[in-house]
Amino acid sequence: MKIRNADHREIITLQMTPMIDIVFQLLVFFVFTFKIVLPEGDFNIRMPSASASESSQPSETPLLKVRLRATPTGELARVQLGDLVLDGEAPFAQLHLEIRNLVGDSGGPGSTEQEVEIEADYELKYRYAMNAITAITGYVDDNGEQHKLVERVRFAPLP
Amino acid sequence: MRIRPKGNTGIVEGDLTPMIDMTFQLIAFFMMVINFSDAEQDQRIKLPASELARPPTAPYEQPLTIHLTSNGHFIYAGDELFDIARLRSALLRETQIILRHTSKKLAEVTVIIRADANSKTGLVQEIIGICQELKFEKFALRGKQSEASTIRGA
Repeated sequence: MKIRNADHREIITLQMTPMIDIVFQLLVFFVFTFKIVLPEGDFNIRMPSASASESSQPSETPLLKVRLRATPTGELARVQLGDLVLDGEAPFAQLHLEIRNLVGDSGGPGSTEQEVEIEADYELKYRYAMNAITAITGYVDDNGEQHKLVERVRFAPLP
Repeated sequence: MRIRPKGNTGIVEGDLTPMIDMTFQLIAFFMMVINFSDAEQDQRIKLPASELARPPTAPYEQPLTIHLTSNGHFIYAGDELFDIARLRSALLRETQIILRHTSKKLAEVTVIIRADANSKTGLVQEIIGICQELKFEKFALRGKQSEASTIRGA
């Protein structure tokens, strides 16, 4: 019996060039379309114009007024809830506790009736207004669950 | 004179495997993180942080996005507007387009306000005031998501 020579094998070379071409093209495409999107979120508020809101049914619950006073440089000078001045170390945390006491939250759903009006000084830096909205509208508990307090928040019209 | 052979004249092939491995890993990474969403963001705006700022559960239907920079300039539809009167006329044009070409009511259109953390609250109120004049009612005040509580230290 004739035994074939097993060492006589052809070396098959794969053509890598087209694959590397397309892979680099894909890489370049993804690099150029890469966009870092920061996580953002919204506070949704419904604020009809003053004339439209006057024509709607008045709410039975009294309107809570939060006043944010600014220093000439736009920093926070004072927070006031109605006539109560909140001037501690963390005024927004105090505001949050006061709102929670008023709304009577016990971890349940927020008050849909209560409305809060924020009257902020023109020069006040917006981050303080955002802090006030955060303190008023809800909180995140230890389990990371979000609870709502007051859903109806609006800005007082400018003088 | 004896000429020595020039040694091994075989074809030298570099090992391409690590490079291809790396390239595929990069492609996989970019494919995972790519975002085709048309979220209107502007790097000039540093949003205020809030632990309650959560992305909307459903995307807004054709919202209007107004940016407010820390130096009091407005950015609307890619144009930087230096005073509120220009913003008003740009919004007025937009309302006419909405009313003519869509069946939507202006009260149903959401106005997204992306204001810088250091911008003046008064200017945000002015934007809201103009929008209210033009019969917009729904506003979304945009903030940056924060894991830490933002109300503990003012």
